[in-house]
Amino acid sequence: MINRIRHYLKSFLFLELMQGLSVTGKYFFKKKFTVQYPEQKTPLSPRFRGLHALRRYPNGEERCIACKLCEVVCPALAITIESEEREDGTRRTTRYDIDLFKCIYCGFCEEACPVDSIVETDIFEYHFENRGENIMTKEKLLEIGDRYEAQIAANRAADAPYR
Amino acid sequence: MTELLSPYLNWLPAELSWLVITLISIVIILVPLFIIVAYYTYAERKVIGYMQIRIGPNRVGWKGLLQPFADMFKLMFKEIIVPSNANTYLFLVAPVLAFAPAMAAWAVVPFGEGVVFSNIDAGLLYILAMTSLGVYGVIIAGWASNSKYALLGAMRSAAQIVAYEIAMGFALVGVLMASGSLNLSAIVEAQQGGVWNWFIVPLLPLFFVYFIAGVAETNRAPFDVAEGESEIVAGFHVEYSGMAFSVFFLAEYANMILISLLTALMFLGGWLSPVPDLIGDGPFWLVLKTGFFMLLFLWFRATFPRYRYDQIMRLGWKVLLPVTIVWLLVEGVAVYFRIGPWFA
Repeated sequence: MINRIRHYLKSFLFLELMQGLSVTGKYFFKKKFTVQYPEQKTPLSPRFRGLHALRRYPNGEERCIACKLCEVVCPALAITIESEEREDGTRRTTRYDIDLFKCIYCGFCEEACPVDSIVETDIFEYHFENRGENIMTKEKLLEIGDRYEAQIAANRAADAPYR
Repeated sequence: MTELLSPYLNWLPAELSWLVITLISIVIILVPLFIIVAYYTYAERKVIGYMQIRIGPNRVGWKGLLQPFADMFKLMFKEIIVPSNANTYLFLVAPVLAFAPAMAAWAVVPFGEGVVFSNIDAGLLYILAMTSLGVYGVIIAGWASNSKYALLGAMRSAAQIVAYEIAMGFALVGVLMASGSLNLSAIVEAQQGGVWNWFIVPLLPLFFVYFIAGVAETNRAPFDVAEGESEIVAGFHVEYSGMAFSVFFLAEYANMILISLLTALMFLGGWLSPVPDLIGDGPFWLVLKTGFFMLLFLWFRATFPRYRYDQIMRLGWKVLLPVTIVWLLVEGVAVYFRIGPWFA
């Protein structure tokens, strides 16, 4: 009986509804933490996995030795590699394609690479305008690597103590 | 309103001046209404955003103030897709049927002393008739779309509106018992003399019933099963796009503003000041009170989860309706014995 009366009082005085409204009412005046994206950006971890790049040694020689470990480990089968022997007797890739539509940015290729050649940079703002642009060829990957080498090296260095 | 305008137009022939005055009055009421509806959608996004610790639209214009116009232009240039097996005529007529009564109801709403488009005696009845007509737009839209989601949404909405219409009507019966008139201006006049004389004091339960039924009537959260995004996509207007869709939206928001305004008029003394000795009466009081209820609509939407369909029916038939009937009896006794400042 008492419980019934309490129940009626509770529903007819809108106590629970008021509680709910007061919660949203309080949040109305709270400080907003929206990031205004193009103008403001959140900090990126040195482990951030964005667009891929192929790196070179400081003497300009490309690092990739066509061991195909990345191709094997890639869970999305996004990497296609063809290789040949170069004149100096070393094994080099003739084709190194990453299909960015297939890639899931898991970073396994980077982990598998014995020579730190294939890496994922922290570039995430890119787009394609034509069909086929989603295939990153060896030339494109090397170019990205050349252009962002400083950033890539800095990120690797920052993360090195934890690897 | 005719009396206010006619002095400026007496150089016209009598019949023509009547027509011109009518048209001008319609424009004077509807154009601000459209602008308020546009900015009400903006306010909704801002308020709900703020309550979710976001900041809402802020890209188009200063603080996003041009957002409603961007939305409007986008909707205008979108294609109106008619489903291939839909009844084209009814499909296109339905938005108009929802929209027209929502606009027509504004004809009898007083905005201040004597500022009313047509001061008819059965104003309250007219409002009830017009707001009930809006459900035809919803039902026809749901049926003509030839879509199961639309049909389900329309059926839910129809059942809900019918159920809450009764509670709402009963709540209004209380108001007309207290004021002794169906004329909205007379209802406001009957509440003269400060906050203690407003009908919200003797009719508090009816006030709550009226506003809750009003929220349900406009298919707003937490009674928005007719839209029910999570289970029936968008309800009766799934198949609508472009302007046809936005006309439904316009009607919904116009109805929300109307409900807010009517609540302010009938229970909170409209343009009357709560403390007539300190601050005089004026339309700004009406704006203030209406604005409060308009904010409540948004606040509710940001707070309450959607009612289940059977809960809605239970609330309408087994809670709100008995409450109104009981309170009508109490009020009847009070009126008979002429109690207080309200029923004297």
